[in-house]
Amino acid sequence: MNVSIAHLLFLSFGVFCIGGAGFLMRRNALSLLICLELMLSAVNIAFVSFSRLHQNESGNLLYFLVITVAACESAVGLALILNFFRLKKNIRLDEATTLKG
Amino acid sequence: MADLKLLAALCVLIPLVGSTLWFWLGARFGEKVVSIGAVTFLVASFLCMLGMFFGVHEAARVDFFEWIRISSNASVHFSFLLDPLSLTLGLIVTGVGSLIHVYATGYMKGDPSFGRFFSYLNLFIFSMLMLVLSDSLVGLFLGWEGVGLCSYLLISFWFSEEANAIAGKKAFVVNRIGDFGFLIAIFALFQVFGTVSIPDILSAIHLGNLTADQMFWSKIACFGLILGASGKSAQIPLHIWLPDAMAGPTPVSALIHAATMVTAGVYLICRLQPLFLLNGGSLEIIAYMGGLTALFAASVAIFQNDIKKVLAYSTISQLGYMFLAVGLGAPVAAYFHLMTHAFFKALLFLGAGSVIHGLHHEQNMHKMGGLRKQMPITFWAMTVGVLAIAGIPPLSGFVSKDEILHTVSTSGRTALSVMAFLTAFMTAFYMGRLWVLTFFGKFRGHHEADESPLSMTFVLVTLAILSALGGLLNWPELWGGHELLNEFLSSVVVQKKIEISSEAFHHSLLLAGFSSLLGLAGLGLAWLRYRNFSGKEFEAPVFNLFKKKYYIDELYDIAIVRNLKQIGWILWKGVDGLCIDGFLNGLGTGTTRLANRLRGMQTGLAQQYAVWVWIGFLLLLFGAWTVR
Repeated sequence: MNVSIAHLLFLSFGVFCIGGAGFLMRRNALSLLICLELMLSAVNIAFVSFSRLHQNESGNLLYFLVITVAACESAVGLALILNFFRLKKNIRLDEATTLKG
Repeated sequence: MADLKLLAALCVLIPLVGSTLWFWLGARFGEKVVSIGAVTFLVASFLCMLGMFFGVHEAARVDFFEWIRISSNASVHFSFLLDPLSLTLGLIVTGVGSLIHVYATGYMKGDPSFGRFFSYLNLFIFSMLMLVLSDSLVGLFLGWEGVGLCSYLLISFWFSEEANAIAGKKAFVVNRIGDFGFLIAIFALFQVFGTVSIPDILSAIHLGNLTADQMFWSKIACFGLILGASGKSAQIPLHIWLPDAMAGPTPVSALIHAATMVTAGVYLICRLQPLFLLNGGSLEIIAYMGGLTALFAASVAIFQNDIKKVLAYSTISQLGYMFLAVGLGAPVAAYFHLMTHAFFKALLFLGAGSVIHGLHHEQNMHKMGGLRKQMPITFWAMTVGVLAIAGIPPLSGFVSKDEILHTVSTSGRTALSVMAFLTAFMTAFYMGRLWVLTFFGKFRGHHEADESPLSMTFVLVTLAILSALGGLLNWPELWGGHELLNEFLSSVVVQKKIEISSEAFHHSLLLAGFSSLLGLAGLGLAWLRYRNFSGKEFEAPVFNLFKKKYYIDELYDIAIVRNLKQIGWILWKGVDGLCIDGFLNGLGTGTTRLANRLRGMQTGLAQQYAVWVWIGFLLLLFGAWTVR
C-alpha cells in the first residue's frame, strides 16, 4: 500500500487530537505531560511528512529541534510535578489553583 | 527727569516693600519695630510724593518699561502720569495714610495679628498709589483691583467672627460687579482708540473726528465706567457693601472706606472727564445718581444706632455730593469736596474709633453719652469734624459743600437742588444726633471710659486742624479768596468759572447764608431732640422704611442673591455633582465592576487556560479563513 501525504497528515491530525483531548480532560499531571508529548509527536510526524513531500531536509531539521525542546520541557515538567507532589501529596492538577485571581 | 523717576519708583515701592516685610517678619519684629517701621515707610512715601508735587511743572510722564505688548504698534507701558489731579490725590493718600498709620499703632496695640494688619495697610497704600499714578487704564485697573483686595482683606481682618468674613465677601462681590463694568469700558476704549494710555485717549478725544461707530463704543465705555465708579464709590445701586464694611477695624474704615479708596470712582470720572463730556447723557446719569444717593443715604443715617454705620451712610451721602458735582460739570468742586471730606471724615471715623476704643468696643450710641468729660480731646476734635461736615462757616466742609450747592442751584435743575439742600439739612441733623448722643447727656453704658493714648489724640488734633483750615485751599474768589485748587486743576479738568459780579456775589452770599442756616437748624433740632435722651427714638411705621435701609438688602436678596444661590446649587449638585462627578466616578466604578467580572476568568487551572488558548487558536483560524 502506497502511503500518501494525506495518510500521514491524517495520522498526525489524529494523534494531535488524541493528545489535545487528553490534555484537556485528564487530571493527572503525568498523563498531561504524556499528552503534551503526543501533540508534539503529531507535529513531528507532520514535519517529517512535509520533508518527504518536498524532498528537502528542513522538516527533518525541525524534528530534531522539537524533540530537543520536548526533552527539556519534560525535564522541567517532571521537576515541577515532583515539587508539586511534595507540597500537596498528590499530582491532581485541578488542585493547583494558587494563581487564582 | 531721572530724579522724578527715582522719586516715583520709591514712592510706590516703599509701601510694597513694607507690606512684604511686615507680612513675613512682622511676628518676629514685634509691635514696636513694626509700628515705627510702617509709619516711617509711609512718611518716606509721603515725602517722595511731596518732592514730585513740587518737582513737576504742569504735568510729567514717567515711563518705566514696556509692560504688555499687544501688537506691533500697540503696547501697554508701565508708566506714571504726574499731573495736578494725580499728585493732589496722591498727597491725600500718603498724607492722611501716614496719619492713620500713626493712629493705628495706638488702636491696634495688643492685637495678635499686628504685623499682618500693617502689611495689608501698606499694601493698600501701594495699590492706591498705583491706581492714582498710573497713566494707562490697565495700570489703573491693577490698582483698582488691588485696593478692592485690600479692602476685602481688611474688612474681614478679624475673620474668626463669621459676620466679618461675610461682610468682606459682600464687599468683594459687589465690587466685582463694578469691576466688570470697568473692564468692559477698557475693552471698548481700546476698540475705539487702539490704546489704553489715558493721555493718548484724551488727546484723541480732543482732536475729535469720531465716527458714529466710535461714538457708540465710547458711549458703552461711559456706561461701563459709571458702573465701575458706582461700585467702588458705593453709589446706588451698588452702595450696599459700604455699611457692612464697617466690620473692619476703625482705622481701616477711616482710610479705605472714607478718605481714599471710595473716592476712586470720583477720581476716575474726573480723570476721563472729556470722554464723559462727549456723551452728555452719561453726565446727567451721574448727577442724578449722586443726588439720589446723597438724599437716600442721609435719610438712612438718621435712623442708625451704630456710630460707625451712621458715618458709613454719611460717607455714601457725601460721595453722592461729589458725583452730583462731577455730573453737573464741576469736577473741581467735587475734587475739593473729596479733599475736605478726606480730612473731616477721617477725623470723624478716627474720633469714633477713639470712643469705641475707650468704651472697649462698644459701638451702639444708645450705650454712650456724656463722654465729653472723660474724653476731652476726642470731644473737641469730633466737634470740629461735626461742624465741618454740617457746613458751619468757615470750616472746610462749609466751603466745599457750598461750591457744590452753588453748582446745583445755578444748574437750573429743581429736583436736584431740592435733593441737595434737603441732604445738607439731614446731614447736619444726623451728625448733631451722633454728637449729642455720644458726648452729652447721662452715660448709659457699662464700662468706664478713658481718653485714648497720645498716638491717637495727636492724629485727631492734626486732622481737626486740617478740617478746620482745609477750606482755605479753594476759598472762593467771590469772597476775596484765592482759588488755589481751581487754578491748579484747570489744566486737567474743565469747569466753568464763576464770573465775579455783584449779582453773583449776592447770590452766593444768599446761598451761603441759607446753607449755614440749614446746618445750624439741623444741629439745633438734634440738640433739642436728643439732649435729654431716654432711649426713645422716633417710633412710627413709616420710619421702619429708613431703619431697614429701604429694604434694599432684602430686595436684592429676593431678586438676585437667592436666584444666584439657586443657580449655584443647580450647578453644584446638578452639573458638577451629577454630570461631571458622575461621569468620572462612573468611569472608576465601571472599570472596577468590569474587572470584577473578568477576574473570574483567572481560575488558576492550567487546563482551563489551555481551553482558552484552544478557542483563541480556532478563532484565529476562523478569521484567517474568512479573510481569505
